[in-house]
Amino acid sequence: MSTLSEQLLHRIRDAHKRREMTWWERTYLPAIAQGLWLTSRHFWRNLFLHIAHRVGLFRDVPAAVTIQYPDQQRQMAPRLRTRHRLTKRADGTPRCVACMMCETVCPARCIYIVAGEHPDPNVEKVPKSFDIDLGKCVYCGYCVEACPEDAIRMDTQRHDIAAYSRDGMWLDIKELLNPGSKQFGEPPEKFVQLPPPPSR
Amino acid sequence: MPEPKYISLTVDGKTVTVPEGTTVLQACEKAQSPVPFYCYHPGLSIAGNCRICLVEIAGTPKLQIACYTRAAEGMVVNTTSDNTLNGRRDVLEFLLINHPLDCPVCDQAGECWLQDYYMQHGLYDPKFDEQKIKKPKAVPIGPTVMLDAERCILCSRCVRFTDEISKTGEFGIFNRGDHSEIGVHPGKTLDNKYSGNVVDICPVGALTDRDFRFKCRVWYLGSTNSVCPGCSRGCNTQIHYNRERDWRPHIANGERVMRLKPRYNPDVNQWWMCDEGRYGYHFIDENRLTQVQFRRNGAVQQKPWEEGLELIAGTLKQLRDAKALDQAGVILSSHMTNENLYASRKFFTTLGVKQLVFQRPKSGSSDTFLIQADKSPNARGAQALGIAEGAEALLDLAAKKALRVLFVFVQDLTELFGPSRVQEAARQLELLVFVGTNMNPTSQLAHVALPSAVYAEQDGTFTNFEGRVQRINAALTPWGEAKPEWQVFSELADKLNLGLAFADPQTIFTELAKTEKPFQGLSYQLISDQGALLKK
Repeated sequence: MSTLSEQLLHRIRDAHKRREMTWWERTYLPAIAQGLWLTSRHFWRNLFLHIAHRVGLFRDVPAAVTIQYPDQQRQMAPRLRTRHRLTKRADGTPRCVACMMCETVCPARCIYIVAGEHPDPNVEKVPKSFDIDLGKCVYCGYCVEACPEDAIRMDTQRHDIAAYSRDGMWLDIKELLNPGSKQFGEPPEKFVQLPPPPSR
Repeated sequence: MPEPKYISLTVDGKTVTVPEGTTVLQACEKAQSPVPFYCYHPGLSIAGNCRICLVEIAGTPKLQIACYTRAAEGMVVNTTSDNTLNGRRDVLEFLLINHPLDCPVCDQAGECWLQDYYMQHGLYDPKFDEQKIKKPKAVPIGPTVMLDAERCILCSRCVRFTDEISKTGEFGIFNRGDHSEIGVHPGKTLDNKYSGNVVDICPVGALTDRDFRFKCRVWYLGSTNSVCPGCSRGCNTQIHYNRERDWRPHIANGERVMRLKPRYNPDVNQWWMCDEGRYGYHFIDENRLTQVQFRRNGAVQQKPWEEGLELIAGTLKQLRDAKALDQAGVILSSHMTNENLYASRKFFTTLGVKQLVFQRPKSGSSDTFLIQADKSPNARGAQALGIAEGAEALLDLAAKKALRVLFVFVQDLTELFGPSRVQEAARQLELLVFVGTNMNPTSQLAHVALPSAVYAEQDGTFTNFEGRVQRINAALTPWGEAKPEWQVFSELADKLNLGLAFADPQTIFTELAKTEKPFQGLSYQLISDQGALLKK
């Protein structure tokens, strides 16, 4: 009578054992034929359907589609969380009141807001600068949820990030208010040149 | 004094005994069933106008306000009955009728009593459909305070403060009914020496600090108990610093200390502090000495600590070998903690330097309430440690070439004795060492300047003018390469083989309390956060 652990070991060894292939399988001919059949079936089907679609036939049967990215962009669902933007008031100034809710809630700590005085005392507070480090952003969308003013949204439908360095992945307030006006920027100087950090 | 009569009453089923004349609110606090309040402040007269502190008292048909009702023998108070809670919720709804939805832009958000009590007692569906009354917003009513009349709940704490404590009477409540608003009297500005306190006592965001305005959200702040170093009163404070600075370097351009707040101490400052002390924290982050500096023939060089200490130890060794330690002088400062003064005195006397004095800064204005003329926190401590006062004689000796080495701590001597005398002394001296926190004209004359830690970066004690020893705690790590003074002496002593070592401020204080008569019997545990008096 073998112990339980021996039984378990035996089963694990069994599981690793491969099934012996038959002589017919070892020739590999059936596998080649199967593969060729699959590929050519798709090829001929799509060739036929694309030509048929051109002449107006079988429009309701879908054929495989290739999107010529990046010349052509895929249509994405509007609720997809994509790159951020700041919404504007009617007069073009940001809706943001620099309450720091998004900055506080951001789990990646990638939002950097500096508040300033707004000339209108009924608005009172406005961001002097608003920077997002996309290199850190995790696209969780908490900033959008936390915003009490509907000032930040993630609906620009842009999701690609390409820069030559991590430092080049910053979005500043100009870009956030007018998405697409510039691609990426360097981090603002004030963040790079910190006063000497305290050392122990 | 007649013995106070004690009465006992029942609060939420618990029996408490309080002196006669106590209010129900204080009795409730003693029974640990706290009652919410806005207008009540233990340091001010009772107004009883916010009406949120409602409690149910058996035998009275209506809810009573706890802050104005006196406790009576056999009273049965209920602070948690449905009736009470409903009453408070309705009062809160009234208070919030004209309150704007400003929380996102309001600096008080996060420490606002309206927010707190709404979460505790409110949580109602608002029934108010009418237009809110518009009042002036963001009005600078003085150099330090910003007024937002819409956010005010008319508790009148600020009015009572300027009437009763600062006795300047700038504030008033104007108009009637729901048009009532807080404001300063026409032609006046809120410009007294204690104006910052109205921001502390304002339970809502109606009065906010212009210095702190939009600088930092309060939930980024850390808080450490300390003592104000602005004068010899030694008001108890809390240092509020940006505890998220490591990953939020953009806040206030990377400054660390955001504001100071007074801390209650019945024997020193009660609940208050003056504006001079409150806004006198900027030196902690501005114009600091970050590295050891050598200055020869006008050229400045940044050096590592090791080289600075080598140079000083080398010069002191030469003096010691030449038996010429009477040509060395030390000017300590009343800005240093007791521990640092003791460590420096021990170091220099062990070495054999006799000429050891301390210097106070230039005296300033004073009043009969809190502000003292002596603008340093620890002159009394230096006296208690038996250190002589006055740097002038040493400067004269230096100018007469009777001194070869002079140590100056923290203080700017040019401000006290004029730049020409200090320049002359610096010219005649072989080595002028400055150990201090900030750059100043004296540090720029010194041949070697060593960076030291400010009070907010050190543990230690200050002794105020009454002889009360009070604790300061390190809120921050030292700036740049700065070190606390006792550590500098420890390292210098090691280089000179003096057989001295200081481990940390607490052990220095334990030693100090053993050897120094006025400090006998004191310890950090005894001093705690309220201070302890020196022996007479």
